[in-house]
Amino acid sequence: MSVAPAKTSPLVDVHVHFLHDRCGRADWQAVNARRLALGERIGITMHVASILGTWGHTSPTYFPSPDDVAYGNGALLELMRAHPDRIRGYVTVNPNFTDHALRQIETGFDMGMIGVKLAASRRAGDRLLDPIAELAAVRRAPVLQHIWQHRQREVPGQEISDAIDLMELAGRHPKTQFILAHIGGGGDWAHSLRALVGVPNIWVDLSGSGVDRGMLELCVECVGAPRLLWGTDLTMDTGLAKLRAIEAMGLSADEMEAVRWKNAERLFGAKVMGD
Amino acid sequence: MTELVDHNALIGGYPFRALPDPTPARLVADMERLGIARAWVGHVPSIFYRDVAAGNDQLFAALAPHRDRLLPVPAANPGYPGWDLEIERARREGCPAVRTYPAHYGFDAGGELMLDLAAACAEAGLELVLTVRLEDGRQRHPLDVARDLIGAEVRAAVRLNPKVHLLVTNADRALVEEVHFGSTRAEASRIRWDVSWIWGPPEDHLAILYRTVGRDRFVLGTHFPFRLPENALFKLELTT
Repeated sequence: MSVAPAKTSPLVDVHVHFLHDRCGRADWQAVNARRLALGERIGITMHVASILGTWGHTSPTYFPSPDDVAYGNGALLELMRAHPDRIRGYVTVNPNFTDHALRQIETGFDMGMIGVKLAASRRAGDRLLDPIAELAAVRRAPVLQHIWQHRQREVPGQEISDAIDLMELAGRHPKTQFILAHIGGGGDWAHSLRALVGVPNIWVDLSGSGVDRGMLELCVECVGAPRLLWGTDLTMDTGLAKLRAIEAMGLSADEMEAVRWKNAERLFGAKVMGD
Repeated sequence: MTELVDHNALIGGYPFRALPDPTPARLVADMERLGIARAWVGHVPSIFYRDVAAGNDQLFAALAPHRDRLLPVPAANPGYPGWDLEIERARREGCPAVRTYPAHYGFDAGGELMLDLAAACAEAGLELVLTVRLEDGRQRHPLDVARDLIGAEVRAAVRLNPKVHLLVTNADRALVEEVHFGSTRAEASRIRWDVSWIWGPPEDHLAILYRTVGRDRFVLGTHFPFRLPENALFKLELTT
């Protein structure tokens, strides 16, 4: 079993994070460089990334202030300019500051960003998210929603959403495409997958530190290869493990290509494939 | 080339989630596919049985056809009669270690029962395996109320007997650091950790622990059949 790519077809990572100089971490450049270098080794052809404000340094990670949101989005635009063939961006927004969020989205898209990142600042089913979902549809860009698989209680630091919450939003906005984030990112993933059967405008990204056996099989059974997107999130080793495991599951060549990059291209458009 | 040994595999069903094909045959097939030579193998149902001796019977029987590659790691509950016979059986069968689960069996990891178990394992030359968690705390079944092992319990356990050796599985970086730097060098030298729950790149928790705690303290562990075994292998390769 090798880290190196077994094939040379594109590989799009739809759930990536980078750091910047105001995150309060002295190693921020090293972590970013490590991700990019490892991406080359694994065969990642595009990192679709977001930055959540200052990652808690000057406002909470999941409730970032407008200033921190803007700074994080600006830092990501700089990374996109520095690595035009490898990085694309989601515009991160805090929907509690609706006007600011909408302006950030318009500005970000005008500067080449290709999606919207909703963290956990407001529950996904809340009406406050409607203008953001509407704008995403107008700009033909997907919305990546941070998810806690099967919310059973409130937790500190987040206004968490699960698949049921996201389905409320997706049901009100059938022309908007949503990505249910990190199916391996914590919580009862089976609950999310069973809920998503037959929901056409919610896609599932495979990222997250969770590598439970059985999860990938249920992803294919409930959501299907045409709506699965490969990703890593904070741990690239788990993303690679899931990529190799899904290759070993016996999907057809077309289905594997769909998970690796074709679904991402359908969702984000040609910009996600680079030049 | 160093032979790969998985120090954290199990077989058998789990009451709270369907584990795909948790059998010795599947474990061996995955080991073959991934280049793992041998595995230390525990028994999931024994975590939940009152009488773990009966679970150990099932473990030894299931592994019998595969003993060249699968080494049984039976369970011991020091609060249940006959536990000392299970230690003796483990020694007699050539097992490398014994597993115990204080939170599931309902005893104090730093108390009298653990004191006896640690002494017996030390005497028999068996490593004692402690498991921090079986699943992510965010996905627990409502009836799965056994709490995660905490650092204080690991530190207490290693202090109970100067000859006991612990293998702690499914610990994250914070717990490893807390225990390592909360122990004397002599105590820390008797604790090994598996890599299954430690983050790899780009945060590189495992690489950091290699530098701060020492690479020789860490062993391969996949946590099969709960987790994809690929992950632990990639973590080692990417960290190297």
